[in-house]
Amino acid sequence: MCGIAGLIHRGTTADIGTEVTNMLQSLKHRGPDSTGFAIYGQPVADEYVMRFKVAEQEDMATGFRIHDEIKERRAIVDSRFDEKGAVMLSQEDATEYAYRYRFTFDGDLEQLARYIEDVEGAEILSLGSGLELIKDLGDATTVSGQYGLNGFQGTHAIGHTRMATESDVDIRSAHPYWAYPYNDISVVHNGQITNYWLMRREMERRGHRFMSNCDSELLAVYTADKLNNGYTLEESLAQSIEEIDGVFTYVVATADCLGMAKDTMAAKPMVLYESEDTVALASEEVAIRALIPEEIETYDPYDEEVRVWQA
Amino acid sequence: MAGLSDQDNESYEMGMHTEQLAGRTQEIFFSPREGENFVHPDSFDVDFDKRAEFDAAGLEIAEINLKIRELMESGHGTIVVRNPGARHSIGVGILNRLNLIIDGSLGYFGVGLIDGPNVRISGRVGWSCAENMMAGTVVVEKNGGSTFGAALRGGDLVCRGAVGSRTGIDMKGGTIIVGGDTGAYSGFMMQRGRMVVCGNAGKNLGDSMYDGTIFVGGEIRSLGVDAVPGEMTDLDRAWLERKLAMYELLPSRGVGHFQKIVAGKQLWNYDNLEPTEKKIVL
Repeated sequence: MCGIAGLIHRGTTADIGTEVTNMLQSLKHRGPDSTGFAIYGQPVADEYVMRFKVAEQEDMATGFRIHDEIKERRAIVDSRFDEKGAVMLSQEDATEYAYRYRFTFDGDLEQLARYIEDVEGAEILSLGSGLELIKDLGDATTVSGQYGLNGFQGTHAIGHTRMATESDVDIRSAHPYWAYPYNDISVVHNGQITNYWLMRREMERRGHRFMSNCDSELLAVYTADKLNNGYTLEESLAQSIEEIDGVFTYVVATADCLGMAKDTMAAKPMVLYESEDTVALASEEVAIRALIPEEIETYDPYDEEVRVWQA
Repeated sequence: MAGLSDQDNESYEMGMHTEQLAGRTQEIFFSPREGENFVHPDSFDVDFDKRAEFDAAGLEIAEINLKIRELMESGHGTIVVRNPGARHSIGVGILNRLNLIIDGSLGYFGVGLIDGPNVRISGRVGWSCAENMMAGTVVVEKNGGSTFGAALRGGDLVCRGAVGSRTGIDMKGGTIIVGGDTGAYSGFMMQRGRMVVCGNAGKNLGDSMYDGTIFVGGEIRSLGVDAVPGEMTDLDRAWLERKLAMYELLPSRGVGHFQKIVAGKQLWNYDNLEPTEKKIVL
């Protein structure tokens, strides 16, 4: 089933970490397997933020040497940062296996990213100037608490509670998806894409990499490909309805925008609230109520509807 | 139509008839003048003047429904539920007369499977509001989600705002009235009853409908398979005016601009089947 949510504050920042956590927690019944957040903070010029992991949560219960192996993998990642000339500003341990690095770098970012992901178990969850992508197993409150998201100041965010239907219950298959190596694009999705393999092969022929077998990842890669080829976010969303088959509703965030698209059948839910300074959208109204308890005007977007909002 | 009584003719013209295939095709007529006879073993004898209200904010969904039941059991005929919080399945399975006032919004399956109550919801409703309703009235003041009135069997279901897709899917009777627009595939596989949309209708309206009538005041993006325009009669106009006025949704310019959509009945190919097979198909 899965639950998706998005929130954007126009022209201001707020404690978006807590807000999205509350929205997603109210959608827990739509999918308890994993929860993910893509949160957009205030970008700092010439600085990058990278979220990555060197193991899956389930790996922690396997093998005699896993704790030592994780340290070794991280040490290799650190040495590769040094080797490529990145200047580390800070390192935070979100969990034993997932980290947040702030750094400056003048070289080829894509090459650096590929070099890091070459380390065994390493997967970059997000890399950009504003985006921070956090996902793990458990409900929203658990993951948010684990990664210290309460109090996170930002302009916009998207999130996802997952009921695994098409792929495994692990961090790799959890949403949101980030489209490597394009900065600051994230996607959450509710539905099934029926021409996934066809589209994936087309994207792979164009040089894109896929880190999972989850159909939702296609939407992130597809969006990144379109934006990289000069399309606007609105054009990309509109074309996806023509080119991608299945039943789906998905939400995309970029460094300064939030967008959504609904398939031709309108088979997957979405409720929208829009005011002058805030836009909130979710699979169910109960998530919007977690944010705005008073009576408000909300509505369901129709089939083939595409919307984009600026932060 | 020849061979029918005046009452049956009136019923036929109003689109309130259906066919029952039981060995051979028989037309069964619903009497517009028939009184509402709904009595259930689990229904409660309530007094409309006995009023109660409670705050649902701190209660689980099951506790809210149990509280409504307890109040009905003690004879309360007017119940106000405050702060429902857009949660699912509130007010389901009420089988007696009741004035139920929902002060707020409901989530999925709100007031489903009901038979008799008059419900007023001040906020919006999520998917499948009043699904399988047998009788009563449900009035939603704001917007509604998709599959509004799914498999409706009787009563009046009204949304003053817009609703989502597949409104009245599989409806088997009753009336759905939408003050605003409705989405794609509204009236999908509709079998009986009437749907009135004051605004626009999305694509594939009335797709694969067996029977029933859809009235649309705005634009229709496209008709679905086997949905065809019908001829508006004086009876249709009179019914529309009366029904829309009842819920204060009658447009200032009247109902002359409404279009009528009915089933083309070209999909009724199961009429070629043997009598025993017809039962299986249905």
